[in-house]
Amino acid sequence: MTTVSSAEHTRRDFLYIATGAVGAVGAAAALVPLISQMNPDASTIAAGAPVEIDLAPISDGQITKVFWRSKPVFIFHRSKKDIEEAKSVPVASLPDPQPDSARVKDGHDQWLVVIGICTHLGCIPIAHQGEFGGWFCPCHGSQYDTAGRIRKGPAPRNLELPPYTFVSDTKIRIG
Amino acid sequence: MTKTLIALSFAAFVAATVPAAAQEHDTPQPPRLKWTFSGPFGKFDEAQLQRGFKIYREVCANCHSMEMVAFRNLADAGGPGYTPAQAAAVAGEYKIKDIDDLGQPIERAGRPADHFPAPFANEAAAKAQYGVAPPDMSTLAKARTYERGFPWFVFDIVTQYQEQGPDYIAAILKGYEEPPKDVHLPEGGNYNKYFPGHNIAMPPPLQAGQVTFDDGSPTTIDQYAKDVSSFLVWAAEPHLVARKRLGFQVMLFLIVLAGLLYFTKKKVWSAVH
Amino acid sequence: MSGPSTYQPQNAVLQWFEKRLPIGGLIHSSFVAYPTPRNLNYWWTFGGILSFMLGVQIITGVILTMHYTPQVDLAFKSVEGIMRDVNYGWLLRYLHSNGASMFFVAVYIHMFRGIYYGSYKEPREVLWILGVIIYLLMMATGFLGYTLPWGQMSFWGATVITNLFSAIPGVGEPIVNWLWGGYAVGNPTLNRFFSLHYLLPFVIAGVVVLHVWALHVAGQNNPTGVEPKTPGDTVPFTPYATIKDGFFMVCFCILFAWFVFYVPNFLGHADNYITANPAVTPTHIVPEWYYLPFYAILRAIPDKLLGVLALGGSIVILAFLPWLDTSPVRSARYRPLFRQFFWLWVIVSVGLGWLGAKPPEGIYVILARVLTVYYFGFFIVILPLLGIFEKTKPLPNSISESVLGAKA
Repeated sequence: MTTVSSAEHTRRDFLYIATGAVGAVGAAAALVPLISQMNPDASTIAAGAPVEIDLAPISDGQITKVFWRSKPVFIFHRSKKDIEEAKSVPVASLPDPQPDSARVKDGHDQWLVVIGICTHLGCIPIAHQGEFGGWFCPCHGSQYDTAGRIRKGPAPRNLELPPYTFVSDTKIRIG
Repeated sequence: MTKTLIALSFAAFVAATVPAAAQEHDTPQPPRLKWTFSGPFGKFDEAQLQRGFKIYREVCANCHSMEMVAFRNLADAGGPGYTPAQAAAVAGEYKIKDIDDLGQPIERAGRPADHFPAPFANEAAAKAQYGVAPPDMSTLAKARTYERGFPWFVFDIVTQYQEQGPDYIAAILKGYEEPPKDVHLPEGGNYNKYFPGHNIAMPPPLQAGQVTFDDGSPTTIDQYAKDVSSFLVWAAEPHLVARKRLGFQVMLFLIVLAGLLYFTKKKVWSAVH
Repeated sequence: MSGPSTYQPQNAVLQWFEKRLPIGGLIHSSFVAYPTPRNLNYWWTFGGILSFMLGVQIITGVILTMHYTPQVDLAFKSVEGIMRDVNYGWLLRYLHSNGASMFFVAVYIHMFRGIYYGSYKEPREVLWILGVIIYLLMMATGFLGYTLPWGQMSFWGATVITNLFSAIPGVGEPIVNWLWGGYAVGNPTLNRFFSLHYLLPFVIAGVVVLHVWALHVAGQNNPTGVEPKTPGDTVPFTPYATIKDGFFMVCFCILFAWFVFYVPNFLGHADNYITANPAVTPTHIVPEWYYLPFYAILRAIPDKLLGVLALGGSIVILAFLPWLDTSPVRSARYRPLFRQFFWLWVIVSVGLGWLGAKPPEGIYVILARVLTVYYFGFFIVILPLLGIFEKTKPLPNSISESVLGAKA
């Protein structure tokens, strides 16, 4: 074997490095569709499009359950008593401090819209049960108040708020 | 080598003497038309797709379903180029069967996620008028072809000719004519030059001037055939543009990589030679 | 793989692992240090290409299964859902459908290479037979997979091929109903075909392991058919064969990409874009191109049972090649007569493939019969006789001599 000059060394190394780099880029690019295909497909995303809910049929004090993106959403038409109870709780004493005003829309504080999935391990809490006028989760005993905030039990956070807007005073669009 | 040549010329002789294509009653091959989406850099013409969609809505959809296309697809990239709002508006013009909260059947306005509703409730109803159910149009442009014969089908790989479907469909739409004197069609049949067997159940669907276009394109049967065939190709292959674009990138990449690997191989093997 | 491994890991962790499960040593001796004949040409890359394609098919197949529904009313729609809605679904589907064709292109070239260079001869008989088994499994897998989209060709192809079993005297009908799970091809059939289509590729992978093992016992054949005699006849697999195979595999991928991106439906059949209709038979039922030669042989024989036997026989006869070919010379390079008969046989096979797509009428039937006679005659008559009567060319003394000339 003849000795190889250092110039040949770098030329050969450059070729090897270039080939390896291009090959690695190709391999990474090939992974993209394999991983991306598991993300929600176009029909699932379309089925998860915003839904419009008519609020008129929901009477005073009633809690309705609708589905958005396959998740249950509670719509609570709160009575004056429910609203007062929610507002009177000292925020600092809450496990997940949040004032009632942060959980409703301006001028529509009789409407509470929350995702009905317990923030502990994902069961659907039961409405109008528990000591706080809101929900009781039968799986491990978490209890939520009239603003959907966790008051007692193992759940760490208040019931999540979905994105929603008031299309009119009697109609909301969730999503 | 001589054996190879003998065998090859034998094959060519067979191909030449045997009737050009296994088509009944000498059905002619559809003429090859120019399509905007053919070839490695093909794209859909948005205006043409919109005209084609209008023809589908006003003419074809009376009998033909397109169940696998959704209204939201009208706003997808590489398609007719409607905005999501326009697609939603189109959806809203349709009545979709659904059930209400009490389980009663209702009809509601369409949503982008809905698919194009079928004109008939079931196959039996679809068959009733012409004795044959009008085929669904979602994949029709890929479900139709014609025999290319040897050696043309081999050349097609290189020339990327994949437009047998729209060539055939456009030819059918333009191919209605008076039957020759010696041909007698059965009851309810229509004579079509390009339909294998020449006897098609569908009566001529297009008349000149039937559909008007906002962009002032001619309202001839020729134009309608081109436009609706293009639309049907999009309906069958909505990702055609993305496929060809990605294909170009992948081919370029592979050619570069092959070149690098070739020189690497030569370098590695130089130690042995 | 003979003798203890020369693999010595540098890393302490790897040394610890190597003492307990010597995978590193196995990979090193099989794919790094493994002595490979230095004169292999690019026809020898197709084994590696086949392994790659099996991987591609399994990966794309498992992913497609995440989105496919094996039920007669939903299957076609679910495939269209993949094409339209799943992210890159169209790409994965076209990779899988064209990948099957590429898999068969590669296997046919691989088999033709084996026949041309006498790779089936002693001591590689079991290697060859394992290959025939892999080929049969591939054909079964391809057939099962083609039914899954539940198009017209899926349904009617399944009907025709499963009906072949009714040719078996006596038990034929019950066997067919057993295959179908009913009185015709239907939902039970689709479900079980889906299950088997998922299973068989892993059976193929297992037999491939045996195939590569058998290969490594004997070592590669090479274009001269003369076994390596000195270390100068071989080179270590890595980097020499690795880089050469890597290059050619990328070239193969260029062909693959051409089909996937530019003519993805060329090798398929338009009728399979029509939902299966048990009440309407397509005018011409045609299998996928890779079955066409055997389809032609089946239809060439006028008797149903004999046709089925001929179909099976045309594949099974390959397993007997090591004993049908009586010549002591391996490679066609040194067998001028054999070479001509071989190429004629290749053309006959391609011709049978073309005929398989034609309607079984008139001159097509006559031609199919003529070509079928040659197909079988090549194995049963020509090869045994050639071994006795052929005057072969003198073999080189060694691989090195054939590569470097007599001065080696």
